[in-house]
Amino acid sequence: MSTAAREEGRASGPTPRPLPSAPRSYRFPRFERATLANGLRLFVATVPKLPLVSISAVIDAGATAEREGDEGVAALTAQLLLEGAAGLDGAALADRFEGIGTSVDAKADWDSAIVSLTVLAERLGEALSLVRDMLRTPAFPEREVARLRDERLSELLQRRAEPGAIADDQFARAVYARGARYAVPAGGSSESVRRLASGSVRRFYEQRYQPATTTVVLAGDVTMAGARTLADALFGDWSGTQAPADPRAVDTASSGSLVRVVAKPDAPQSELRVGHVGLPRRHPDYFAVTVMNAVLGGLFSSRINLNLREAHGYTYGAFSAFEWRRNAGPFTIHTAVRSDVTAAAVQEILREIDGMRSAPIDEAELTLATSYLDGVFPIRYETTAAIATALSNLVIHDLPEDFYDEYRERIRSVTRQDVLRAAQQHLHPEQLRIVAAGDPAVITGPLSELRGAPAEIVRPDASEGGA
Amino acid sequence: MQIAIETFRLDNGLFVTLSEDHTAPIVAVNLWYHVGSANERPGRTGFAHLFEHMLFQGSASVGANEHFELIQRAGGTLNGSTWLDRTNYFETVPSNQLELALWLEANRMGYLLPAMTQQKLDTQRDVVQNERRWSMDNQPYGSWWERLPALCFPPDHPFHHSLIGSMSDLDAASLEDIEQFFRTYYTPDNAVLSIAGDFDPAEARRLVERHFSPIPRGAGKPPLPDMTLPPTLEGALRDVVQDDVVLPRLFLALRSPVFGSEAYYAASVCGAILGMKKGSRLYRRLVRERQVASEAQSFTYDLTKGSDLLVLDVTGRPETTPEQLERAVHEEVDRMHEEGVTAEEVARAVSLIETELLVSLQSAGDRADKLSLFATYFGDPSLVNVQAERHRAVTVEQVNAFARARLGPENRASLLYVPREAAPATTARELAEAGAR
Repeated sequence: MSTAAREEGRASGPTPRPLPSAPRSYRFPRFERATLANGLRLFVATVPKLPLVSISAVIDAGATAEREGDEGVAALTAQLLLEGAAGLDGAALADRFEGIGTSVDAKADWDSAIVSLTVLAERLGEALSLVRDMLRTPAFPEREVARLRDERLSELLQRRAEPGAIADDQFARAVYARGARYAVPAGGSSESVRRLASGSVRRFYEQRYQPATTTVVLAGDVTMAGARTLADALFGDWSGTQAPADPRAVDTASSGSLVRVVAKPDAPQSELRVGHVGLPRRHPDYFAVTVMNAVLGGLFSSRINLNLREAHGYTYGAFSAFEWRRNAGPFTIHTAVRSDVTAAAVQEILREIDGMRSAPIDEAELTLATSYLDGVFPIRYETTAAIATALSNLVIHDLPEDFYDEYRERIRSVTRQDVLRAAQQHLHPEQLRIVAAGDPAVITGPLSELRGAPAEIVRPDASEGGA
Repeated sequence: MQIAIETFRLDNGLFVTLSEDHTAPIVAVNLWYHVGSANERPGRTGFAHLFEHMLFQGSASVGANEHFELIQRAGGTLNGSTWLDRTNYFETVPSNQLELALWLEANRMGYLLPAMTQQKLDTQRDVVQNERRWSMDNQPYGSWWERLPALCFPPDHPFHHSLIGSMSDLDAASLEDIEQFFRTYYTPDNAVLSIAGDFDPAEARRLVERHFSPIPRGAGKPPLPDMTLPPTLEGALRDVVQDDVVLPRLFLALRSPVFGSEAYYAASVCGAILGMKKGSRLYRRLVRERQVASEAQSFTYDLTKGSDLLVLDVTGRPETTPEQLERAVHEEVDRMHEEGVTAEEVARAVSLIETELLVSLQSAGDRADKLSLFATYFGDPSLVNVQAERHRAVTVEQVNAFARARLGPENRASLLYVPREAAPATTARELAEAGAR
């Protein structure tokens, strides 16, 4: 067909923009809770669509519970649960799980350790029995302790070659005070990890892994009655109590320099992090801050991304986030920009932060953020694993039982004034830390000029410090 | 587990698949165009992907950046991606917004060009060049994305060249290229539309017809050159790269039967035995027992023409030399080539693959994407329902036959990354040889 003929073919023109039809209602899956005599809690959401069950065992054994000097022991302990239990070595344990078609993940983040997997419903009993072995009788063999510790050390070495990881680690150090747990990666620094041994792992396990601080979440083709029978049989005779964690600094802000360049000579891009200490998860302004952040940098159509990516072409993407932890996690704007526009990109970011604080957002911006967060809610909980994770978060952050039922209404009720107030109270231009991992020859001068103070230059392998 | 499937074709050639499921009030719309980097002409590497970016820059009735905004305002998620032989665009929205998603896709399929401007092209070129810097140039090992296909496919083969494209080819892309590419490939007869989730099939069909039927059929696309390749690489290939990395890392690629072919399933199981999860051979032997590796996995490209690639991806430890790492991986492949696998290993791999398939059917977006995949490549979306069965039918003998035929030394391409300081003395010569191939 010739071009002209084709154009003619299209002459009927585009169809008109449609209107939505009536929305169908949605409720977050119903769930039930039970507590065994030993304090172990059970959450069960019956979602029988597919013959699958997701298991998530949440233990109050995250990185913030570590003693000073033991940074990384929480992550190492959780990973070691996979390396032998109840007479099986790590390879045999992997075989058992994989033989029933599942693979298990065990890890610790800031607030908890989580053992998770998704398994065919008919294999739930076998899978949960293996999880019982991991949680109650882990072996912590010397050889595997040494291997996983060495693997973490090589991961840390590896991170020093990754510009994004370098920027993340140096940003945490710039935001939090030396000695604060959040200044050091959740998995520990090379100084702290090198010191870890099976004694520290076993001590941490014995103090933290106890029935009263463990919650087993099941979501999928399972009922409370079936789950309760399994839990009683597998965990009913588990006894012990958790010792209180030593108090330690977690989220203290630093008072260090404002601009730090991490030297990666000849880097074609700068990995940029701008931000400061944010808020703890249970802060009363959670919803207003969530909407405020969506407008600032949480969505593709946010101010920061439209500015840096679509208006200027500086980057492939630019986003902001409040990282929600039990203590005050960081507020971070993160992007990677062409080296020669690094200072210009920072300037645009500062302008957008000021803009959020100086005037109410438009009604259209508000409704974009609220209708997105409201509408996308059912899409977030399509899978049994996502539902199990959502229920785990209720436990980790001690949120009300109706949190997910109320979520959409709470989001919809945020106003432009709420957003302005959230920006004014929780964005702090004077406290911003700016970290750029990039080519010092290109970016140091313009960044120093922009902030009116000399930028500090550090090497990527500068002491991880902080602990 | 079988998912419901209904199909029809519009007069203009658009193939449509519907899969109804009312579990949640959401619906996924997924559109595959049968065009990828393989269709690019010389001097325009990266164009298919740059073009994907331009499809989010508006169309006759949609403003710049409005596509993203409309879907997000509707409470939906969206994206697009480009691969060697296809490009996809997808959104998941609340079910009462189905027509919005269909209208947006139809508007840009039918009426993209009025919205294209030099300024939009220049900005997206900057964005894509930044994507290249971020994902490849400024990323340890990042160049594997273009080095591995370059090593495994001959220079004139459509899968040989870079998907993200060279900076100079991206610089050369023009509005005329946009127009020509659009008219050639973005036509209803070169596309598949899948809808999965909460909708009424009769209503969905009416909406698809309303918005897509007015778009005329294309004039046909130029055929790809002959993609056929010998079943093996016919000799060991090796490329050694000095990079700003701390740990050595080996990508070992083998030619394997194309995705969807009878022989593919044994290859898929063999790959899972070698490198899927912690019970796999590579993890067990190299990470756990010998401790020469810190990570080990395998994956396939899932190509449907010429040859698929089965890739083993193994990272060393700080004390491992690149040579030790390479030797250790070859030893494991040798062992499987010579001694084959056990029934237990096959059972483990099949169980894992089956659960993974089932898990992936939970989300409407994944279901729609799989329907589009099987419809695009094989004209039959219902193939999604037999994948578990095909894997279950694989026997030890079939895996062993695959291992004997394809795991030999003449079918291995090694892409070895070595820390810059520790580069072996032979590297310069090997690099020169690799460059001359």
